[in-house]
Amino acid sequence: MIRIESLSKSFTLHNQGSTVIPVMAGAALTVNPGECIGLTGQSGAGKSTLMRMVWGNYLAAEGSILVGETDVATAAPRQIIALRRDTLGYVSQFLRVVPRVPTLDVVAEPLLALGTPAPQARDRAADLLQRLNIPERLWSLSPTTFSGGEQQRVNIARGFAHAYPALLLDEPTASLDAANREVVLTLIEEAKARGAAILGIFHDEGARGRVCDRLVDVTGFTPKAAA
Amino acid sequence: MTLMEKMVATDQPLLKVEGLTKRYGPRIGCLDVSFDLYPGEVLGIVGESGSGKSTLLSCLAGHQRADLGRIAYDGRDLLAMSETERRRLGRTDWAYVHQNPRDGLRMGVSAGGNVGERLMAVGARHYGEIRGKAADWLGRVEIAGDRIDDRPSAFSGGMQQRLQIARNLVTSPRLVFMDEPTGGLDVSVQARLLDLLRGLVRDMGLSVIIVTHDLAVVRLLAHRLMVMKDGRVVEQGLTDQVLDDPQHAYTQLLVSSVLQV
Repeated sequence: MIRIESLSKSFTLHNQGSTVIPVMAGAALTVNPGECIGLTGQSGAGKSTLMRMVWGNYLAAEGSILVGETDVATAAPRQIIALRRDTLGYVSQFLRVVPRVPTLDVVAEPLLALGTPAPQARDRAADLLQRLNIPERLWSLSPTTFSGGEQQRVNIARGFAHAYPALLLDEPTASLDAANREVVLTLIEEAKARGAAILGIFHDEGARGRVCDRLVDVTGFTPKAAA
Repeated sequence: MTLMEKMVATDQPLLKVEGLTKRYGPRIGCLDVSFDLYPGEVLGIVGESGSGKSTLLSCLAGHQRADLGRIAYDGRDLLAMSETERRRLGRTDWAYVHQNPRDGLRMGVSAGGNVGERLMAVGARHYGEIRGKAADWLGRVEIAGDRIDDRPSAFSGGMQQRLQIARNLVTSPRLVFMDEPTGGLDVSVQARLLDLLRGLVRDMGLSVIIVTHDLAVVRLLAHRLMVMKDGRVVEQGLTDQVLDDPQHAYTQLLVSSVLQV
């Protein structure tokens, strides 16, 4: 479902003496339907960079990133927008939403974008918020005022609202208590069972051991220092 | 229409712009601008003052005549169109939200009248329905119902801007041009408007071209982003890609200059 081949990336800092920083070379991995792959490597090794390249907000220099039929490395913005609507979900570490929009609508939005009737989309959102232990009295409030852990759970609910065939998870269990961590791990297992291909970053080793089928150490994709 | 025909139909750009150029004597307004805009898409245009973004917008909307280039709207050549045809399009299909609400409102007419007038221009005749719809739109932009008979000259700047947006969107246009629409607004009202616009884009398939210098607004609203400098487009792409991984020196400077809140 996700296939990355000979992917490379560098940053050019035009305002800092046009410094070119190569950050990735020869990255390759495959995620099959129903499989969860964990990215490992030290902080700064390029886990998040790789995730962002799959999501499409970082440009690839060379190589290909196939998500379903779409090559994110070369796709037009319009194709990536469609991919994100239908096929590829992303639970990032940060919740970015329009302020003042009620939590229930924030979670239902991915379904509304797909044309799901509003009552049905809100039912699904309510179901997820319930499972993730967000008290019902908060649903009509904007999540921008919530605690870090609550915002993260709203982000997770939003990411799991639609049954995306491919999912990117950036530290989905960080800063969650044991009960909520369990809920998230169950959501991941359910997504795998329905055939979703998942690429994730988990610092939580227990979580990693439980949901990941394979681990890929991104240190292997670090460019060799120029001689 | 078969499903295949529908798919082909929705795959046509609503607006197709090629090589658009406008000069003011020796000075460049905008130079060689090309892009496609599809139904349901929001295109953000950012850049500093004098970068040509407002010139581009007014050429697109037909307020100024471009020197060179082509603009096709829904397959029709805009620059070859008669003034009458273009005016009709401006009433039925387009809306233009000005930076200064005084340019987009009739200051001597009541708030309700400002909204209702647009409905009458496209053929609405039933007074009760017009007033009801006007009241509904005033509510959507958070103008209290008891202000419906007040003139915009009695409104604050932020209220005038919200009224202008209601006046423009009430007729369900297909394409909306916006020039710094949230510039003079309180952040809380700005948020409400962003939510309103996103809902309209999603539910009505509205296409929007929005010129702004506010990167937070484009991140939440625009699907795609165009960065202008000295009349030229220096970078364009997916909004979060341009903001998170800017390629051009000017975009890098722009993004790194934003204060974090």
